[in-house]
Amino acid sequence: MSHAVTDTEHKPYQQHHFENMEQQTQSTLLGIWLFMAQEILFFGGLFAAYTIYRILYPAAWAAGASTQNVFLGMVNTIVLIGSSVSIVMAVHSARHDDRKAILKWFAVTLLLGSVFFGIKAIEYGTKWDHQLVPGLNWNNEHALHTIQEHAPKNVEILELPKGIQIYYSLYFVMTGMHALHMVIGFGLAFWIMAKTARGRFNAEYYPHIEYFGLYWHFVDIVWIFLFPLLYLV
Amino acid sequence: MNESTTKPKPNYITAGNTAKSWLLTVDHKRIGLMYLLGMTFFFLIGATAAALFRFELATHNANVFANDTYNRLFTMHGILMVFFFLIPAVPGVLGNFLVPLMIGAKDVAFPRLNLASWYIYMLGGTFTLGAIVLGGIDTGWTFYTPYSSVYADSQVILAGTGVFITGFSSILTGLNFIVTIHKMRAPGMTWMRLPLFIWAQYATSIINVLGTPVIAITLLLVVFERALGFGIFDPQKGGDPVLYQHLFWFYSHPAVYIMILPGFGVVSEVLACFSRKRIYGYEFVAFSSLAIAAIGFFVWGHHMFTSSQSPYAGLIFSILTYLVGIPTAIKIFNWTATLYKGSILLSAPMIYALGFIGLFLVGGLTGLFLATMAINVHLHDTYFVVAHFHYVMVGGMMMAWLSGLHFWWPKMFGKMYNEFWARVGAVIIFFGFNFTFFPQFIAGYMGMPRRYHVYDIEYQPFQMLSTVGAYFMGVGLIICFVTLVSSIFKGKPAGKNPFKATGVEWNQADSPPDQHNFTSPVKVDVEAYDYTDERIYQDT
Amino acid sequence: MNLLAVKTRPVVASDYAEEVDALYNYLLGVSVFFTVAICSVIVFFAIRYRRQSDADRPEATKDGKLLEILGSVIPFILVMIMFFWGAKLYFDAYMPPKDAMEILVTGKQWMWKMQHPNGKREINDLHVPVGVPIKLTMTSEDVIHSFYLPDFRKKMDVVPGKYTQMWFHPREEGVYHLFCAEYCGSEHALMVGRLHVVSPAKYEEFLSSGGMGAMAEAAASDDPVVAGKAVWEANCVICHSGPGGIGPNIHKAFGSMRELETGESILMDDDYVRNSILNPNDDIAKGYPAAMTSFKGQLNSTQISQVIAYLKSVSEADQ
Ligand code: HEA
Ligand code: HEA
Ligand code: HEC
Ligand code: CUA
Ligand SMILES: [Cu+2]
Repeated sequence: MSHAVTDTEHKPYQQHHFENMEQQTQSTLLGIWLFMAQEILFFGGLFAAYTIYRILYPAAWAAGASTQNVFLGMVNTIVLIGSSVSIVMAVHSARHDDRKAILKWFAVTLLLGSVFFGIKAIEYGTKWDHQLVPGLNWNNEHALHTIQEHAPKNVEILELPKGIQIYYSLYFVMTGMHALHMVIGFGLAFWIMAKTARGRFNAEYYPHIEYFGLYWHFVDIVWIFLFPLLYLV
Repeated sequence: MNESTTKPKPNYITAGNTAKSWLLTVDHKRIGLMYLLGMTFFFLIGATAAALFRFELATHNANVFANDTYNRLFTMHGILMVFFFLIPAVPGVLGNFLVPLMIGAKDVAFPRLNLASWYIYMLGGTFTLGAIVLGGIDTGWTFYTPYSSVYADSQVILAGTGVFITGFSSILTGLNFIVTIHKMRAPGMTWMRLPLFIWAQYATSIINVLGTPVIAITLLLVVFERALGFGIFDPQKGGDPVLYQHLFWFYSHPAVYIMILPGFGVVSEVLACFSRKRIYGYEFVAFSSLAIAAIGFFVWGHHMFTSSQSPYAGLIFSILTYLVGIPTAIKIFNWTATLYKGSILLSAPMIYALGFIGLFLVGGLTGLFLATMAINVHLHDTYFVVAHFHYVMVGGMMMAWLSGLHFWWPKMFGKMYNEFWARVGAVIIFFGFNFTFFPQFIAGYMGMPRRYHVYDIEYQPFQMLSTVGAYFMGVGLIICFVTLVSSIFKGKPAGKNPFKATGVEWNQADSPPDQHNFTSPVKVDVEAYDYTDERIYQDT
Repeated sequence: MNLLAVKTRPVVASDYAEEVDALYNYLLGVSVFFTVAICSVIVFFAIRYRRQSDADRPEATKDGKLLEILGSVIPFILVMIMFFWGAKLYFDAYMPPKDAMEILVTGKQWMWKMQHPNGKREINDLHVPVGVPIKLTMTSEDVIHSFYLPDFRKKMDVVPGKYTQMWFHPREEGVYHLFCAEYCGSEHALMVGRLHVVSPAKYEEFLSSGGMGAMAEAAASDDPVVAGKAVWEANCVICHSGPGGIGPNIHKAFGSMRELETGESILMDDDYVRNSILNPNDDIAKGYPAAMTSFKGQLNSTQISQVIAYLKSVSEADQ
């Protein structure tokens, strides 16, 4: 093939259709940011629904939030922030070409992620036991009972607030979508760890690790919004 | 043309003949052709559905299909035409093929992602076909809740998932194009030298990236509501069905600009080439695409004037809707002005492009009727709306698509089609189209609701005309189809630049292009549409 | 059919409809002007500057700003007129007058249930007195419907879980279209009714007459047998009313064998009745003319099931 290549330095990890490394890096970075923008709108639809119903049904929101376990939510928030820190450490290690440390920090991140999942599973389990899952096992009486139990002492709740099922529907969809993003993150992390172990990255070339970091931060930030919105309102 | 005698140069089509070399290709040109196949397939199913239900609509009573069948037919028609034909048509086929070629790049920025987009598109299509095979779907392409989420007795989950999945192919294609256009331009290809087709793709891609995720999550909520019983849009659980409409149109209005902007791009290229002139007011035409994309995000409520949304919100949606008309008007005026003192050749692509201007004009102007609140109350959900959107989508975008397909066909396949038959097809489609959809404006103003298969006899004359027109138009489409396909086997070799057009894709790439697009480095040193440039008239 | 006799405009049934038509004519004027102007210019250029012609073509025409400015300012002014005019009409017509008579409307797959101020009900038909503004307060039992009176240029969605309003002011007696404009499932196209604008005297008479009301009430009943009886009495009795009727007496024959013209006999079961209603000429009863017309498009599947339930309930044959 008489396919002309500009004779700037051609690094092995440069893909053939890019003219040079700088173009490749910048392109990927722009791509990642566009992907983030897309993600924001994806969650944006949910946040829009959230806002509207919260204004429409403040009582349901108060009652729903009161049944959440704020302590577990708090722990999870801290756990995720921790995992953000550990992924920053992984990126840092990549910059210093320390392969072992990269793997170590990825492992820490995944471990923290698993803790998050564990706690989330406990919370989902409790909701299932209290028959608070709309559509699947929702039970009005039981729900009322649970809400009464969790209501602050000075408030008496006599009937289920209107829109309470919407609150739980949104709770499950929003946290579920967030969890799905974490699952995808896990998949990506394993893939990157495998590549790292095989020595595909070095101090000069570690974009996947860096972009994974961005993605993971994004997922954390979503949670940092979800936590006050769903637990603390 | 002495080239035909020498041994043909290798090109992207001959670069490998195994199934694998196609199915795992990362070549944007091959991916474009694969979109062409997929999209044509879905179009044929959607068009067949239209041909069938037009038969039913010819008379006022139900004598061909029962209501459930009819409802499934128009829903399938709408879903396939919008999500699987019109939205991916120009970006998926022409965009993929041309964006890198036009800016002098070797490929799009993320070739593997590009291939993934095609697979995602086909996967979504498979789900939707599955829905059709397993009993069809009868919600209308708008999936309004709570009908879709609770009451409908058809394959909403499968079809909803299909559209959800396909959405990601639009998002990824959009993302790919934005990055490609920003970062991969050849030396000398400044922003102000970009062909208008690229500007249009750029504006479209922005909408794709920012709008599509919203419909994705919305349809996912419908699927959850239906499958699991969540109640986000179900009034019985306190949900608001009108919220669904807001979320749906937040995407689907911008989506109509996803459907038309690439068409604007195509028409700009074709008009310039066949009047041998630079597009009048290049900057205005370029930036009006961005303006349309931006304003287009804030007008969605004009689909909901009678939905019980606040009348004050209605006011804002109404006024913003008119504002979209202004940049569009500028484009139309500039295209018309381009013809002035040109050297006009009424070739097949040009007939389609001029047809586009006339038909889109009618479609756009009737959009203004619908944007007028008091009139919308009367016309909403009548055949007037059906006529409006076919004028913009079929008269507009489908004509633009056919124009572009004819225009770049020689570049894609290296063969010339039979110009005579291509023109015959174009003319029949133009007249058949008007015949089909103009009567619907009248039936609509008289009050005939859409999605009715039995209707009051006073509307019958118009529906009868419309049916006859549809078959007439179908004949045109078949002529066009046969002409193009047969050219692949029997057409004369096209040569590098058969239309003597400007642009990197014509002057610096072969027809069909080399596997790596260009055999020598691309350098751009002229403005777009410089038809005074001698080099385009030299044969190489 | 004489083509010239084909109607191309809807009936004008109120002053408001007239005002909407005036606005429509303005829009039509603007649109026809631009369409004709632009299309003729294109055709003219395409001929004048066709490639073979020797029209003079200067080297390069320059872009001017004038076209862009005129091209935005003129349309802007024209659309602002559309906007203000349309919005004004819309808001004028938004709030019902204080003295409007209120009728309750409930949409249900696939019928309209109306209730008059004195409690009297109707299905699919709506009687109102001429000259009185009528306010409809509407809701839906299931999915979204839309109450559409084309002759009055009025339409409003009927949404489950909330009440919406619409009003109109009939100015002439007559029978007008009533459509469901929002797609609502299988029989959306059959969810049509009629608006009867009658003289105040007739309206009073209508309100006090029991029959129509009772029948409508029965038709709205959730009990299929009760509702079926109403359907039977409204549609079938005329012909199937015992000896001397146009059709055979089948009132109590459900479940028995029926003889056909062809000499075969057939069991009168659910399918047979349904098919007789939809395709009466498939099987002709022995000794009777093929005089029954199809009810396709007139009775929806619910109503057909109701009639069958009713026939079953009164049948004397053992099933
Ligand atoms: C390609 C797709 C496409 C495009 C480009 C448009 C363009 C426009 N549309 Fe359309 N529309 C649809 C596809 C599209 N539409 C579809 C699919 C539906 C129905 C969905 C459903 O319910 O199923 C719909 C429905 C729809 C409605 C809702 C109707 C209803 O259901 O009640 C409205 C209301 O405002 C509307 C308005 C407009 C306007 C103002 C434009 C404008 O962008 C048009 C601008 C163009 C012009 C104005 C012409 C050029 C101007 C001149 C040459 C100058 C002269 C002009 C002036 C005087 C201003 N459209
Ligand atoms: C790109 C979009 C697109 C395209 C191209 C078309 C094309 C056509 N549409 Fe489309 N239409 C929609 C988008 C589109 N439509 C949408 C979104 C809706 C709304 C759906 C809803 O309400 O939910 C709709 C609804 C709609 C209705 C209203 C239905 C109703 O409300 O009850 C009607 C009625 O006439 C109609 C007619 C047609 C016709 C006659 C064509 C013609 O242009 C088609 C011409 C083609 C042919 C006549 C067939 C040609 C033959 C072949 C290609 C060969 C076939 C092969 C074999 C038989 C082997 N369409
Ligand atoms: C215009 C008069 C007319 C009306 C109204 C009418 N029918 Fe009939 N029907 C006939 C005649 C005549 C026949 C016999 C010829 C035939 O079988 O088509 C018949 C036959 C039938 C039969 C078959 C009887 C048999 O002996 O096999 C059934 C069942 C029936 N009708 C049901 C109905 C029902 C239910 C309705 C109302 C929804 C109805 N018809 C309204 C005229 C009518
Ligand atoms: Cu009720 Cu359509
Ligand atoms: Cu719109």
